[in-house]
Amino acid sequence: MIELSDVHKSFGKVEVLKGITASVQKGEVVCIIGPSGSGKSTILRCINGLESYDRGEISVEGLKVDREAPSIVNIRTQVSMVFQRFNLFPHRTALENVVEGPLYVKKESRAAALDRGRALLAQVGLAEKADAHPPQLSGGQQQRVAIARALAMQPKAILFDEPTSALDPELVGDVLGVMRKLADDGMTMVVVTHEMGFAREVADRVLFIDGGVIVEQGPAKALLNQPQHPRTQDFLRRVLHPL
Amino acid sequence: MKGFWHDAAEFFPILLNGVALTIVVTIGSLLLSTVLGLVWAMMRVSGIKALSMLSASLINVIRGIPIIVLLFYLYFVMPDLGVTLSALQAAILGLGIAYSAYQAENFRAGIEAIDKGQIEAAQSIGMGWWLTMRRVVLPQAVRIVLPPYGNVMIMMLKDSSQASTITVAELALQGKLIASSTFKNTNVFTLVALMYLTMSIPLILLVRHFEKRAGKR
Repeated sequence: MIELSDVHKSFGKVEVLKGITASVQKGEVVCIIGPSGSGKSTILRCINGLESYDRGEISVEGLKVDREAPSIVNIRTQVSMVFQRFNLFPHRTALENVVEGPLYVKKESRAAALDRGRALLAQVGLAEKADAHPPQLSGGQQQRVAIARALAMQPKAILFDEPTSALDPELVGDVLGVMRKLADDGMTMVVVTHEMGFAREVADRVLFIDGGVIVEQGPAKALLNQPQHPRTQDFLRRVLHPL
Repeated sequence: MKGFWHDAAEFFPILLNGVALTIVVTIGSLLLSTVLGLVWAMMRVSGIKALSMLSASLINVIRGIPIIVLLFYLYFVMPDLGVTLSALQAAILGLGIAYSAYQAENFRAGIEAIDKGQIEAAQSIGMGWWLTMRRVVLPQAVRIVLPPYGNVMIMMLKDSSQASTITVAELALQGKLIASSTFKNTNVFTLVALMYLTMSIPLILLVRHFEKRAGKR
């Protein structure tokens, strides 16, 4: 459903993506791992047009991703995004954050959107926080609201950009739990993460990216347990045994 | 200050007519400068190069011309070009345009202070540029912009006295007329100053309120 073919992207003179070719099938959970600065987040940001790309092609369900074209709105309503820093709207309550897209982008009826918004907050375990503003919520709660906001668009896929990297360690589990449930329900997910445990347990496939290229990819367990490429082995050793 | 209260009682009603015009000029030019400033600021942050350059040049031209010259231009030159404005219209237009440059820079600073992540979050749920502005950026920018906006209100109230140079009989001009016909300069201008101050105080309190509220977040 998401296809990337020979995607190149430079920031000024620095080429961050050097020909990425990959695809994500419907219902698949793909984790992207790799050192920081390797281009992981840039891939996600190119898929929903937050960044432009210079060469190659990205398509979502056959529709070419072009951030300058009007069709980008169509793609963004089908492919939601969850950010590292949550990026909730601080001037709106949790529930208002969730229904913002359905009400103002998809023009759904108020009653239906609010009903579904409450149900989604309940689904991420925050039914009682509907009227709280983001600054009153913990990081883990904010990220779960952000996931509910992404789900409210009824997307075909969700992109997660290091969703637990800004969280205190004891709050990571709540967010990963919600994501795991989504995966079990068959949501198509692309997850940039440093949580190797999550990748091993939940992902169907893992891509290891370094220096703007896919160094190695394969089924999650195989790649994480028996990495073939020396750079993958080195990276995993350092992530799993930092001391 | 001899007989100040006596003179005050006599001149106050006449000066009140001036106050009415001062308020009309201030509110009129405040509204105009707000709308124009918002337009310039939107052009500036639109991401469209031609618009943002046009807006930047406009702001610089406006900032570079003294208000009084702008007023003379509108009132004395425009009729030569076939556009005749009343003194009041010219005053509101002139002050509104002059202040739109400062308003624009203030609004732009507020808009640019909003975290880029907010804009990305709005885009990621499919919001276009205008919807992002209306629902996400502007409501948050208002908090940042309000304290300096209050200061602009105070400055406008005082600068409305420049309308006197093109015959708008607002408070300053009324005072000057009374003073020159009665020679009671001290009493008249003291009264005029007190009346401006009285109008400023609520605005000063309003700014303080805005600042307190902005500081809370």
